[in-house]
Amino acid sequence: MPNKTLTLALMDPPYESANSTTALRIISAALRKGINVNVFAYEGAVNLPFKDQAPHPNPVKGTTVEEEDHPTTRNFVASLLEIGKGDPLLTWVNCGLCVDERGAGNSIEGVKRGGPGDFLKMAQESTSTLVIPTR
Amino acid sequence: MTNYLFIECRDPFESTDVGFVAETAAALKQRDSEVTVFLIQNGVLAARRNALGSHLPQLVRAGVRLLADDFSLQERGIQSAELLPGIQQSNIDALVDILVREDTKAIWH
Repeated sequence: MPNKTLTLALMDPPYESANSTTALRIISAALRKGINVNVFAYEGAVNLPFKDQAPHPNPVKGTTVEEEDHPTTRNFVASLLEIGKGDPLLTWVNCGLCVDERGAGNSIEGVKRGGPGDFLKMAQESTSTLVIPTR
Repeated sequence: MTNYLFIECRDPFESTDVGFVAETAAALKQRDSEVTVFLIQNGVLAARRNALGSHLPQLVRAGVRLLADDFSLQERGIQSAELLPGIQQSNIDALVDILVREDTKAIWH
C-alpha cells in the first residue's frame, strides 16, 4: 500500500487505558502494510516512550523481573520505531510543553520534540488522521 | 462521496453517550454516505446477541456496516456465534485498510 500516510494523535498516558494498546496495534498493522505513520503524542501520551520506565517483579506472586517479563510501552514504541526507520517511516513527535510539564524529556532514541503545529502539518499531508482522545 | 468510520470503544452499559454514534451514523447513512462502525475494546460488549437494549440493531436496519475487533472479542470471551446478526468479526488490519481509504473521515468515540 504505497504512498499512504496515517497520522494519529494520542493523549492517554501509559498503563491507564486500552486506548494505548489499540493505538500501538494500529501503528504496528499500518507499518506492516507499508503505510507511513505519524504520531503526535499529546498530554500524558508523551510518557509512552519515556526512557526511565522499568519492568518490575511481582511481590504478590513472588515472581522476579525476569519471570514477570513486564512489558513497557517504551519498548513497544522502540520496536515500532525500529520497524519504521525507513520505508515505511514512523515519525513520533512528543508535544514539547507536555513533556516539560511532566518532566518526561528523557525519551527513547528516535522521538522528536514538537508542537501542535507539527500535528497540523502531519494531518494536512496525510491520507487520513485519527484522534484518540482521553475520555 | 465521503466515507465515515466510527471507532466505538465505549461500553454502552457504562456510557449512555454511545447513542451519539448510533444517531450520527444512521443519519449519515440516510444521506447516502458509506458508514462503518468498528467496535473495539469495551465497544464489542454491545455486539452480543443477548445484550439487552443494544443500540446496534437499529444500525443494522439502517444499512450501516458493523465490524467487531477479533482481539477485543477474544479478550472478553465473546464467540463469533454470539454476535448479533449483521455484525461481522473483523481485525485491526481491516481497520487500517478502512482508515487509509481516500475520502475517509475517522471519528474515535
